[in-house]
Amino acid sequence: MSLEHEKIIEVKNLSKEFPGVRALDNVSFDVKKGEVLALVGENGAGKSTIIKILMGVHIRTSGEIFIEGKAVDFKSPLQAERHGLGAVYQDINLAKDLTIAENFYMGQLPKTKLGLVDYKTMYSETKKVLESINVHVNPKSIISELSVAQQEMVAIGKILHLKAKLVIFDEPTALLTNEEIEQLFKIILMLKKRNVGIVYITHRMDEIFKISDRVTVMKDGTIVKTVNTIETNENQLITMMVGRNTDSMYEIQQAKQGEAVLRVENLSRGKSFQNVNFEIKRGEIFGMFGLVGSGRTEIVRCIFGADKKDTGTIFVNGKESDISSPQAAIAKGMALIPENRKEEGLALDLSVATNTNMVSINKVSRFGIIDSRKSDDQAEKLVERLRTKTPSIHQMVMNLSGGNQQKVVISKWLAHESDIFIFDEPTVGIDVGAKHEIYKIFEQLLQQGKSILLISSYLPEVMGLSNRILVMYEGKQMGILEKSEFNDEKILKLASGIR
Amino acid sequence: MEKYVKEKKGKPKGKKALRFFSTGMRTELFLVMLLGLLIIFLTVKSDVFFTASNLKTLTRQASIYGIIAIGMVVVITSSGIDLSVGSVTGLSGVVAALSMASGASITISILIAAIAGTLIGLVNGILVYDGKVPPFIATMGTMTVIRAVIMLLTNASMISGLPREFRNIAQIEIFNIPFLFVVWLAIIGLAWFMTKKTVFGRNVYALGSNREAARLSGINIRRTTYGVYMFSALVCSIAGILLTARLGNGVPTAGSGYELDAIAAAVVGGASLDGGAGSVIGTVLGSMIMATLRQGGVLLGVNSFILEIIIGSLIVIAVLLDKLRR
Repeated sequence: MSLEHEKIIEVKNLSKEFPGVRALDNVSFDVKKGEVLALVGENGAGKSTIIKILMGVHIRTSGEIFIEGKAVDFKSPLQAERHGLGAVYQDINLAKDLTIAENFYMGQLPKTKLGLVDYKTMYSETKKVLESINVHVNPKSIISELSVAQQEMVAIGKILHLKAKLVIFDEPTALLTNEEIEQLFKIILMLKKRNVGIVYITHRMDEIFKISDRVTVMKDGTIVKTVNTIETNENQLITMMVGRNTDSMYEIQQAKQGEAVLRVENLSRGKSFQNVNFEIKRGEIFGMFGLVGSGRTEIVRCIFGADKKDTGTIFVNGKESDISSPQAAIAKGMALIPENRKEEGLALDLSVATNTNMVSINKVSRFGIIDSRKSDDQAEKLVERLRTKTPSIHQMVMNLSGGNQQKVVISKWLAHESDIFIFDEPTVGIDVGAKHEIYKIFEQLLQQGKSILLISSYLPEVMGLSNRILVMYEGKQMGILEKSEFNDEKILKLASGIR
Repeated sequence: MEKYVKEKKGKPKGKKALRFFSTGMRTELFLVMLLGLLIIFLTVKSDVFFTASNLKTLTRQASIYGIIAIGMVVVITSSGIDLSVGSVTGLSGVVAALSMASGASITISILIAAIAGTLIGLVNGILVYDGKVPPFIATMGTMTVIRAVIMLLTNASMISGLPREFRNIAQIEIFNIPFLFVVWLAIIGLAWFMTKKTVFGRNVYALGSNREAARLSGINIRRTTYGVYMFSALVCSIAGILLTARLGNGVPTAGSGYELDAIAAAVVGGASLDGGAGSVIGTVLGSMIMATLRQGGVLLGVNSFILEIIIGSLIVIAVLLDKLRR
């Protein structure tokens, strides 16, 4: 075997179990020197679990990892780093208040003869590394003063500075502009020439074909197939990823639409979004699409009273409503299933029952005293109705899988019998089966005359489910499309600011 | 779904048993065992320990610390902390003593003291919720200020001449059980009920576990925060009144340093300083273990510095074992 085809990393039969869930099942793959391996799969397919195991954040349940032929066993991120593995995460993890050079040398500051920090060496070395990848910024700059793209380049520089042999990119382009993406690709090509191996995780099809040599497709914690990029095409990859015909997945029974239940006029909040206008009818799914930073989440947080609006009026059931707090929104029948269910949706170290009853606790209590039997009944009923997989309603939510956690969030609003359900990225990090069940819940809600506002970054989902779609771009409302006008290209253009 | 690991499937056979082990009961079981061993050891080693008069002294002593610890565990569960408990205890005691000295009736004096103490709790709540001051800093501030106010109110000297009926509160017994202990038991019962069975109690856990999720679920964070600090201050006021009765005088330094014992009892009892976890029963056991150790040490004539080393180690070991177990 010639040197350039030598494997940098080889993973054999890797499995990982979390309480109640098998996140990875017998996964094997390898990356050669100077090769870009694209790792694709839907949310929840197990990509991030792989990275976390490789980077020493999680410990595997079984399987073997070889680096340049030698078996390794990391127990901490530091060990992974020492073995030449580096990762660039979507949310760049640099110390934001320190300088670039200090980030480069974190934990290993060079010292002068007097034992003081040798800033001179730090700055010159940092500059050298950055210039080698064509990044021209002052090593003395504070990270938080850099643009997102610059921060990402600095993160790559830091990894190179640590002499990484394998670099993992986790959706690196999510926050970048087209030009910045080009620059990133140039850096990746440069890394290839230096014989660095690359694992490239992305949701964007075009990037796979532009940058990768091979593609590994994952689904439900297993590897479906690894193929040479030039021997495949987009449709083939999607079929492998989804494992079923995507169209039928989003077919839900339409409900009779009624009057407008929620109307928003001229809603604005600082730089987040300006002048948003729309209305949602009874029995409809109103989609909201936009890239990261387009203001979607900020809009719904405002409507829900979680953040303050600057201007604008909100009408619920035709009546102007002053919604200044989540409590007020809940009283008006609104429900928010937030994007970050762990940070905003759930009390993870409390039980399924406690979480389920969190909104509607007054319904199962009198004079502030809880009727335990009623509240347990309520939780049992919803566990059954949503088919939430949990050993008992007293299980800590922390121990459930992503899909079942999401069901617990939904159940707390079903318990309250809300009318307007705001789902913000409801299927992120959820496996296909649970996804399907969540769509079934949508169907039930619509049949009961409820309304849904659905935010999703996943185009097939938002197009397949919504009756209408509002497209946002950098805080501006680009338009509302009727079902007959739905078209991937058109929506993506609007979401990129092109009319 | 085949992804779901087998053994979690289906309904568990003994629901009760599962609940027993999953709700932190094991911390309490462990503490009961520890306390039991301690009592057996002391009974064997000392002739005096397991006598009625000694046990009465022990429970009287444990009660005052124990009452304060119950306020503390509720605050800690909400992911706050209350360093002002010692000062509030001191304030209410001194206020009660001053009112009685100026001729007010015992009942009125106790009421005034309880109100004065509870108002400090409201101030803490306002600082923490409305002022967004970290609880550690806010309550450290009130702790310092209130202690100074006590010194100003009393000219830093003892207030004596309290009515005998008042001082008797610390001595009377109900069916041979010291009244102080009865008050503690009542507060334990009340706090247990509040944390387990009331909407307020559940909201405290939700707030402590995940503030943002609680807020987005429509829980009134302001009311819950105020409530938590006011509850803590109220029970400290009761402790302060009892302490004054026990000491027989209004003592300006009374209650100093009690905050650390209260925190220790709560944490030994399984509370997490990150919030969301805390148990009234665990805290009671924590208080009892510490009080028993202190008193047993004295009975056995253990060097008091060695005794403090044992108690300090116990606090850390109890938490360490709890972390390892999880």
